[in-house]
Amino acid sequence: MRFLAGVATLVMAALPLRAEDMVTDFRLENGMQVVVIEDHRAPVVMHMVWYRAGAADETPGVSGVAHFLEHLLFKGTETLEPGEFSATVAANGGRDNAFTSYDYTAYFQRIAADRLELMMQMESDRMVNLQLDEKDILTERDVIIEERNQRVENSPAALMREQLDAAQYLNHRYGVPIIGWRHEMEALSLEDALAYYRQYYAPNNAILVVAGDVEPAAVRTFAETYYGVIPPNPELEPRVRPTEPPQTAARRMVFEDPRVAQPYLRRSYLAPERDAGDQETAAALTILAEILGGGTTSFLAEKLQFDAQLAVYTGAWYRGTSFDDTTFEFVVVPAEGVSLAEAEAAMDQAMKDFMADGVDPAQLERIKMQLRASQIYARDDVERLANRYGRALASGLTIEDVKAWPDVLQAVTEEDILRAAEAVLDLDTSVTGWLRAPQADAEVGQ
Amino acid sequence: MMRFVLTCVLVLAALPLRAGVEIREVTSPGGITAWLVEEPSIPFVALEIRFRGGASLDAPGKRGAINLMTGLLEEGAGDLDARGFARAAESLAASFSYSAGDDTVSISARFLTENRDQALDLLRLSLVEPAFSQKAIDRVRGQVISGLRSDEKDPNAIAGRTFKALAFGDHPYGSPSNGTIESVSALTREDIVAAHKAALARDRLYVAAVGDITEAELGPMLDRLLGDLPETGAPMPGDAELSLEGGVEVVAFDTPQSVAHFGHAGIDRHDEDFFAAYVMNVILGGGGFESRLMTEVREKRGLTYGVYSYLAPKDRAALYLGSVASANDRIAEAISVIRDEWRRLAQEGVTQDELEKAKALLTGAYPLRFDGNGAIARIMVGMQMDDLPIDYIATRNDKVNAVTREDVNRVAAELLDPDGLHFVVVGKPEGL
Repeated sequence: MRFLAGVATLVMAALPLRAEDMVTDFRLENGMQVVVIEDHRAPVVMHMVWYRAGAADETPGVSGVAHFLEHLLFKGTETLEPGEFSATVAANGGRDNAFTSYDYTAYFQRIAADRLELMMQMESDRMVNLQLDEKDILTERDVIIEERNQRVENSPAALMREQLDAAQYLNHRYGVPIIGWRHEMEALSLEDALAYYRQYYAPNNAILVVAGDVEPAAVRTFAETYYGVIPPNPELEPRVRPTEPPQTAARRMVFEDPRVAQPYLRRSYLAPERDAGDQETAAALTILAEILGGGTTSFLAEKLQFDAQLAVYTGAWYRGTSFDDTTFEFVVVPAEGVSLAEAEAAMDQAMKDFMADGVDPAQLERIKMQLRASQIYARDDVERLANRYGRALASGLTIEDVKAWPDVLQAVTEEDILRAAEAVLDLDTSVTGWLRAPQADAEVGQ
Repeated sequence: MMRFVLTCVLVLAALPLRAGVEIREVTSPGGITAWLVEEPSIPFVALEIRFRGGASLDAPGKRGAINLMTGLLEEGAGDLDARGFARAAESLAASFSYSAGDDTVSISARFLTENRDQALDLLRLSLVEPAFSQKAIDRVRGQVISGLRSDEKDPNAIAGRTFKALAFGDHPYGSPSNGTIESVSALTREDIVAAHKAALARDRLYVAAVGDITEAELGPMLDRLLGDLPETGAPMPGDAELSLEGGVEVVAFDTPQSVAHFGHAGIDRHDEDFFAAYVMNVILGGGGFESRLMTEVREKRGLTYGVYSYLAPKDRAALYLGSVASANDRIAEAISVIRDEWRRLAQEGVTQDELEKAKALLTGAYPLRFDGNGAIARIMVGMQMDDLPIDYIATRNDKVNAVTREDVNRVAAELLDPDGLHFVVVGKPEGL
């Protein structure tokens, strides 16, 4: 430790090329946004299309349709047979897949850079020419129900998480699972999927991200050829969703399942997200989560795992990249023989101590040092950069916000952090969940 | 559209690999060998270190010792306690990760050029002078046991554990490398110190480095980092005898979706038919959405979200494994379809079209793996552990392309044993 003293302050003085310098962006005439991230070290490209539409944009009653449609996009178009999209990517030595979240749905292929044009041709085709029949949708509905079985029904932790989210969001669709409530998934129809498709899949609702061994001018030419000719959807509405009412009571739940072997507790608070041109509070909360629950040296680990030895694991998270209000969360896994009530009391006490003690300046500097270094490491991981831009742009942020984010983080002060903590971490507006086995069978861990 | 696609398949030529990829073997003054790719464009280094033997070197009755020891390497070393060590790494923005598997203890490190020496000093401390304080042992043991407790009620973990036990019995491969609650609870500091001596020695060491470092710098660095480790460690474990027979074993567990792990004997990495088997598996169950298993079980019947098969050539045994998960009332059908596909491939072989597509996927996807300093370092250290020549990367796609339909069909007939396939099913399956 001694031999390291002073290192943190003197390094990184001459900051080398930043990850942001690899980025070019422009917009097609039909409104489609394009981001190009250059990395010429390998002849490989990542081609992604992000739609500004996710599970939180669904109509009530058809939960899971955004994700269902994502599956159905592999089923064929007027010119592609079902499965031919992925088969073609594979036959060209590439990999493809897609993912759905609350605020976006994204499709990607990783492939040799000289196949970029083919990828754009196929991806632009399925943006508007999807061709589905009743049989496709019935088999695929079985698949997503098995996916729900695998991700959720077989996991008490995931089931508890659904209940906790539903308790956190009374009015906003973030309270409904992305994969959907099972009873609504079972009734999803072809028309449900197509209605969502027609509403949201359009160039003026999409972001193209191309990362790898490509030149921005060539990307522009291809993008204009394939995506640029698709007319925008004039019916596209501004993205306005219901907001949460004021929370007037702390919410608590106990989720019991005989499959739980290791009990734990989660706590969440509604928190502001990164907003375009206004990322300071989100930056403070990002660093606050690191300080409180970012690993071995974090405040909660110190108090609950090292000093008191009441927990085997502690963590804190804040997901700042979100279209609407997000959450700040804690997890505490109690040590053997420690009850959930004791663990929760210890967590609450630790938070009181934190608010009283303030921020350890050395810890804050270590976190900032790591954030600075992540700018260097990021240049080695172009896919991660591609995801960072896609996620941010689909969540209401601008290119400038993404580029400014590292500096906004560096500018965060102790006062900013404490002010943000004060504003967000109010027990009266908390949601707390305990996960445990039914008390009669709770022979372990209690 | 179609025509254009076909043309593209035909013109697919072997891609050049990463422009600057040039692996050099570096031997330190002290005799430690490493493979190096210099990549000065980003000011950091990715370093991968492997020790062969891994958790299979656990002494009898000490299951989980190597795993716990590995988890303790970052929990205090030299004069630093766990938090001191973590703070030091954070101050340098270096990251070190330590893990133990059946055959290997792995260390992955990444550190900046500007404080490389301090980062390496810190990494050295953790490998050569870990403190193994009783406090840290008890705390990390608590974390391991918490995980083991969760595994007791996790269908995937139950299936994996049951399959291992059936396949390998008393050999270390026959039990989870993180041990049991009982065995881990009984481990003492002496056991941890012994595990360190057994597993981290220079006679089983493999190193690869990629990034902003020269050959001249790497040699002395290796000696400083690893030169103080003992010359030799524990003797390697013997071969594991595979005691699997065909059939279905149900582990009753009250959950809506049954999880099945399945498999039988596989093929050694050094077998001359390995590439043919590898290509065959892409067609059967390893190639993503296009594999026969995905097509038949998921795409056509909607029985699962995912079904996979893979070759698992371990150091002391070779397996051919797979997994699937389906609702309790549908798992029997999924298993029946999988067994039928196993049989169909063994009896009828593959089509020329399937073979060409599998080769196109494998050869085209190979360069995509080299996508970052850490990834390249992991590939290089894996090549060394597999005893592959240093020019392997340049010849690998030729080996794939040399596989003929006759090779695949012959290997399929020899390797695939539909009746010998053993399924472990965890859940409340109906009709099994």
